[in-house]
Amino acid sequence: MLGRIRAIAANAFREAVRDRVLYNLVFFVLLLTAAAVFLGELSGGQERKIIVDLGLSAMLLFGVFIAIFVGIGLVYKEIERRTVYAIFAKPVGRGEFLVGKYFGLCLTLLVNVVAMGAGISLALLYVRRGWDPLALQIWPAILLIYFELTILTGVALFFSSFSSPALSALLTFFVFIIGHFSADLKTLATSLGSTAARLFFRTIYYALPNLATYSFITPAAHGQMPSSASMVAALLYALAYVVVILAAATLIFNRRNFK
Amino acid sequence: MNAIVEIENLTKDYDVGFWRKRKVRALDGLSLRVHKGEIFGFLGANGAGKTTTLKLLMRLIFPTSGTARILDCDIADVSMHARIGYLPENPYFYDYLTALEFLNFCGDICGIPKAERVRRARQLLTRVGLNETRWNTQLRKFSKGMLQRVGLAQALINDPEIVFLDEPMSGLDPIGRREVRDLIAALRQEGKTVFMCSHILSDIEVLCDRVAILKNGRLAQVGALAELRQQSQGQNLIEVVVSATDAAGLQRHLLEPDKFTLNSTPAGLRIEVAEEKDVDIVIAALRKTGGKLVSVQPVRQSLEELFLEVEPANEGKRSGDLT
Repeated sequence: MLGRIRAIAANAFREAVRDRVLYNLVFFVLLLTAAAVFLGELSGGQERKIIVDLGLSAMLLFGVFIAIFVGIGLVYKEIERRTVYAIFAKPVGRGEFLVGKYFGLCLTLLVNVVAMGAGISLALLYVRRGWDPLALQIWPAILLIYFELTILTGVALFFSSFSSPALSALLTFFVFIIGHFSADLKTLATSLGSTAARLFFRTIYYALPNLATYSFITPAAHGQMPSSASMVAALLYALAYVVVILAAATLIFNRRNFK
Repeated sequence: MNAIVEIENLTKDYDVGFWRKRKVRALDGLSLRVHKGEIFGFLGANGAGKTTTLKLLMRLIFPTSGTARILDCDIADVSMHARIGYLPENPYFYDYLTALEFLNFCGDICGIPKAERVRRARQLLTRVGLNETRWNTQLRKFSKGMLQRVGLAQALINDPEIVFLDEPMSGLDPIGRREVRDLIAALRQEGKTVFMCSHILSDIEVLCDRVAILKNGRLAQVGALAELRQQSQGQNLIEVVVSATDAAGLQRHLLEPDKFTLNSTPAGLRIEVAEEKDVDIVIAALRKTGGKLVSVQPVRQSLEELFLEVEPANEGKRSGDLT
């Protein structure tokens, strides 16, 4: 089983590379270079903070873009082009296929995030013209961004296992937005008078991922680091959420007819 | 004989329509058996249910009712797929991969060790006649015929016991067709079972040990070609060809002239008779007119005639609506 998942993941990664998904790194490097060279002079000594802020925000944005648009295509494209016909005639379970595809995109995102993180660190060293502790201190925040992207990839894959690409993209984007305000959902749920409304918002709060946990860009720009406990909690939450959402996607995908 | 594919009462209904769903029956209670080592031809007009049957067997779609077993395993058992091969109709594969990479990937998901799958991939690409210069070309640059060859190779990568081929000759030029026909015949020599759907009846006629003909999702005929010919109406026809006489002259001397069908052909006058004793009547009449006997031979019904008997030209349309 693991061998098949590995093979499908490696193939999904190769697809992303050959479809030039990683070309976004070029835009990212151009953005960082421009920030490092020009913004430093305009920001009165705040150039390091701006580089981290801009770099990590761009990393999240580019990553969300890849997770949503490549994520929804992972399954849809295979069904539309009927490449699944030959694959499912081999000893490959539908769950293995989904998990393999998921890991393939996670690997693409990992390469993307690590390359961007390295770019930000190098930009910080360039601005300081020497060693800068911030170049290392940003990595826990980068890891949190990666965790968030893995959750979002799972969400995109889940929606694409039963709905159209446009709807999947829209729903995943909503989850991304609402996920960053899930604390407000909980507050809203407790403040409402109606039991039905309370139940509704509470359900949404528990069903949607709490992505606010993974937002650490601004503190990272100020040189702060998350505690080990919060990092472990974030990792476990991401793991649990991904397992549940992939299991749900597999359940749906297992019943799907490929007409 | 060992049945390698056993299909029992397999039925598939599709829901169609957006607001008002209605069911369309694509396959209706199909039951058949395919024996080990035979080449089994699966025929039918467009929409008869051939591809639906193959998709059901491959578990790409799920049956409304009925069961099917391949190699003594239920079709729900995915591990059985390690022992079968499948070429979909109009195959489309990962176009960013080269032919070698794609076969390597297919071998990998079948659990074949790396060295072995690389060796098999090269061997199969040679066997399906794909020029070695194209082995490292991305599939997006392949023609339909070349993709068909890669499709055949991927269906055989795991050295399957049975191969399901959906229109294997599609997109191939006459030379390619001949090569694929030889390949399928060679598979039988190797003891493999082949289950093939094809519209090219001449290929089915040459290759298949037994055929099944589907009509509107139902099994209309199944058996060896010779058996089917025997069962059909045209079985006992005998063709008599005569020359140096005309139809009107001959008909005057025939007893019960309505029993005989006469047609003028470049070779002479062609008369179809239903029984052997009628040949004597024709010869006696021929003597009286002074004509010459050219030939007497039984009419061997072609698969095409058999197929048209089951599926007359204007009745090919689907009539599977249930509600």
